[in-house]
Amino acid sequence: MITHFFNQMPALVVVVPMLAAPLVVLAHRQWAAWLIFVGACWAIFGMAFLLFVEAKIAGQVSYAVGGWAPPFGIQLVIDPFNALVLLLVTGVAALTSLYARASIAAEIVAERGYLVYALLLLCIAGLVGITITGDAFNLFVFLEISSLSSYALIAMGPKRRALLSAFQYLIMGTVGGTFLLIGIGLVFMMTGTLNMADLASRLPPVADTHTVQAALAFIVVGLSLKAALFPLHVWLPNAYTYAPSVVSAFISATATKVAVYAVFRFVFTVFGVDYAFGTLPLGEVLLVLSAIAMIAASLAAIFQTDVKRLLAWSSIAQMGYIVAGFALATPDGISAGLVHLLNHGLIKGALFMAVGALFWRLRGSSINDLAGMGRAMPVTSAAFVVGGLSLIGVPATAGFISKWVLLSALFEAHRYLLVAMLLLASLLSIIYVGRVIEALYFRARPDDVTEHAHGEAPLGMQLATWALIAANIAIGLHATPELGAAQRAAAGLMGGGT
Amino acid sequence: MSGWWLVALVAWPALMAAPIVACGRWPNLRETLSVITGLVLLAGVILQIGPLVDGGRPDILLFSILPGLDLHFALEPLGLIFALVAAGLWPLTTIYAAGYMRGNREPDQTRFFVCFALAISAAIGMAMAGNLVTLFVFYEMMTLVTYPLVTHHGDAESREGGRTYIGLLMTTSIGFFLPAIVITWLISGTTDFTAGGILAGTGIGSVGAMGLYALFIYGIGKAAVMPVHRWLPAAMVAPTPVSALLHAVAVVKAGVFAVLKITVYVFGLDFAYQTSATAPFLWLASFTIIAASAVAIYCDNLKKRLAYSTIGQLSYIVLGSAMASKLGAVSGSLHIVTHAFGKITLFFCAGAIYTACHRKYVSELNGLGRAMPLTFTAFTIAALSLIGLPPMAGAWSKWYLMSGSAGVEEYALLGVLALSSLLNIVYLLDIPARAFFLPGDAETPKGIAEAPAACVIPLCITAAGCIALFFLAHPIIDFVGTALGGPA
Repeated sequence: MITHFFNQMPALVVVVPMLAAPLVVLAHRQWAAWLIFVGACWAIFGMAFLLFVEAKIAGQVSYAVGGWAPPFGIQLVIDPFNALVLLLVTGVAALTSLYARASIAAEIVAERGYLVYALLLLCIAGLVGITITGDAFNLFVFLEISSLSSYALIAMGPKRRALLSAFQYLIMGTVGGTFLLIGIGLVFMMTGTLNMADLASRLPPVADTHTVQAALAFIVVGLSLKAALFPLHVWLPNAYTYAPSVVSAFISATATKVAVYAVFRFVFTVFGVDYAFGTLPLGEVLLVLSAIAMIAASLAAIFQTDVKRLLAWSSIAQMGYIVAGFALATPDGISAGLVHLLNHGLIKGALFMAVGALFWRLRGSSINDLAGMGRAMPVTSAAFVVGGLSLIGVPATAGFISKWVLLSALFEAHRYLLVAMLLLASLLSIIYVGRVIEALYFRARPDDVTEHAHGEAPLGMQLATWALIAANIAIGLHATPELGAAQRAAAGLMGGGT
Repeated sequence: MSGWWLVALVAWPALMAAPIVACGRWPNLRETLSVITGLVLLAGVILQIGPLVDGGRPDILLFSILPGLDLHFALEPLGLIFALVAAGLWPLTTIYAAGYMRGNREPDQTRFFVCFALAISAAIGMAMAGNLVTLFVFYEMMTLVTYPLVTHHGDAESREGGRTYIGLLMTTSIGFFLPAIVITWLISGTTDFTAGGILAGTGIGSVGAMGLYALFIYGIGKAAVMPVHRWLPAAMVAPTPVSALLHAVAVVKAGVFAVLKITVYVFGLDFAYQTSATAPFLWLASFTIIAASAVAIYCDNLKKRLAYSTIGQLSYIVLGSAMASKLGAVSGSLHIVTHAFGKITLFFCAGAIYTACHRKYVSELNGLGRAMPLTFTAFTIAALSLIGLPPMAGAWSKWYLMSGSAGVEEYALLGVLALSSLLNIVYLLDIPARAFFLPGDAETPKGIAEAPAACVIPLCITAAGCIALFFLAHPIIDFVGTALGGPA
């Protein structure tokens, strides 16, 4: 019985949230919906942890969906690379479940609360699916599941602008999805298979064709749109700003990260390092774009008046850091990119949760609204400060680890210009984080605010926020296991990709 | 086992921050607790002297931050001297701060004492850092926990000052210090402080070493070598006890201590001398010494004048490091001690004057000497020490700096040091001269007297320390000298 359960775990990680979603709709009541949500999220987090351990021991966990052996059936594969991403997605989901109750009750009309839980579960199922599938077309399906649910989630934001932002994201996201589908169609046409491992062995003989080159371009561009890689980031600031707080926190920590994962799953596993970075100049293109992203988006962040939008621009810059690491295509670079992918998920999740807690109290997230909240909500403000320091990369936080491994990788690869760009972007982050901190602590509360704008957010919100902050500090002090796991993943990706 | 002592000493003030918060409602208890914490810390550091003199080197690896990069504490003579200075002056400053903060009815005193405790923890952490990464962790911690102290008043002026303070210190540390550490790690495979340095034999050339040293010196903004000195005058918006302990002792000394430590234990004196990696800083530090003194002459704001004086004095220590000789390193570490006692006394006096009669400008001090004789006598003693006249402690550090300059055959440096002493006389002795010899202003109220005892007693003790250290300097010199190998 137990072994049976263990054998089915790869499927269950996707199936549990997917089945929980209709259950939530049937349950309808807010508290019942929330309980199902919490149960599903923590269950898949537990399973993800077991899978992580299993993948570490066995090297790879493979699961044939419906008993159809790959490459004919759909295959789920958990290797050291996506096990880490899976852990991030489910871990953030588990904490989001604690955070969601109070935040949703405050921001969404009561009759529609259960819909948020259902959509979040679908989104989680989609992201988990993208992460662990070993089938190219299946990846597209899961991408659409997560995308459609996130369009709806963003549209549920408390302001009317949310509708427009969701529409904007829908247009861009659909273009991205279509590009991905075209790319997958092209490789299918050339090889007759959709299984990633199988593709990897069948592509080299036909690699020297325009069709395969175009396929790589379509897939990378399509997924980069979802990952908000500069200059395909236009949808992101509005989406993060107007979405409900809990959605901003969850999506910012996971969705773009999973998309980056998918880009490099295709590039490294399906097309192979030599093809993408040797035959084609993908590395140079991505490095230039990521360098621009670091600087331009950080500059944009400095001039924002809304904290959520500021953090959104900062995310675009941070995607530049992550992609720069991967695009070096060296073992050190890939592990550095992966480390920052995880760390940035933890940092941004924590920051958006802290801002969500402030929003819960203030009904606004402009920097002016935040004036003087350092005294009114000291615990939440302190969480924002620590998260901000991690974003800057102060030692003893996860952000420092990211910066250290990225700098080492860039130095080793003799990319001195990128070193300078990365440092400059870090300095810019001091400015935009500093602006928020100054508003929190140095400006007085406006006089017309009534007394109810004091007191901390509910326990669940604080618990989730501080759990992420604690993870930031824990990684900052002892990142050896994280880096070890990332190095194993990088070795796996560099070592052939089959 | 002895390694855990180091951990305990670093953690102790930080842990005591919690009870200090808990006692926030009872100021007397809170301050008593702060002083006791300081005295226990001092006792703990003093207990380390014996084993170190006997040649022991307590050492502990706590855990690995990244593979090969540990949180590593180790104690050696330079670190012990810095720890003694910081821990020794903290209880005095706490007593002084209690008097000052109450005398001026400052708000948020609990936050003040908590940040103070955390800042000392960071200083001890730097003193006992066993590698560059650990040093960097506590360096940044010190920047962050002193920010609320600098901006204590929370008004527009302190926000501006705070911006310059944290902006400059963070920019230099992330922009230069961090890459310098990463480069060191990549070329030598370690960041441990090792006797004789870790860079020799790594194949880094003369130009490379020179560039790396420049990255370190400008990255350590706390050492305030021009042009990264602007944070120091900006930090003067802080309440005076902060300026006294942090911007005359803990923060700035942390900077020059880091410079000294990196020169001795990362570059190694021989390697630095052979590659002349440090040579440009003989002249850059000299420029800072002269320029800062010249600016100080024109500062009417007393605290600002002292801040520029500090910038100049810090560059003495950078100069000592840049000589890349044993005499230079000894004179640098000695000056860390003597300048700490001199400058904290001057700041204590400035704060006492402000508490007694709310005067901040040098031009307002005419004739106050008669009303506040103890304060101005202490000021004079400390000023003479900084100028370098016997029988004050500062005489020794200047003596050794000069012999160091002669030792590396840079005779022009003798001229720089002599000129600097003259400028010190101009801007420092000007102040007691006005107080004692010029008649008071017409509007000087009659009722001015000494500041509260809690303010005056500490400044008398530190002034006495300036004289006592003149007679006690030799044990320090021998101690550092043996650590660097052989007698000085």
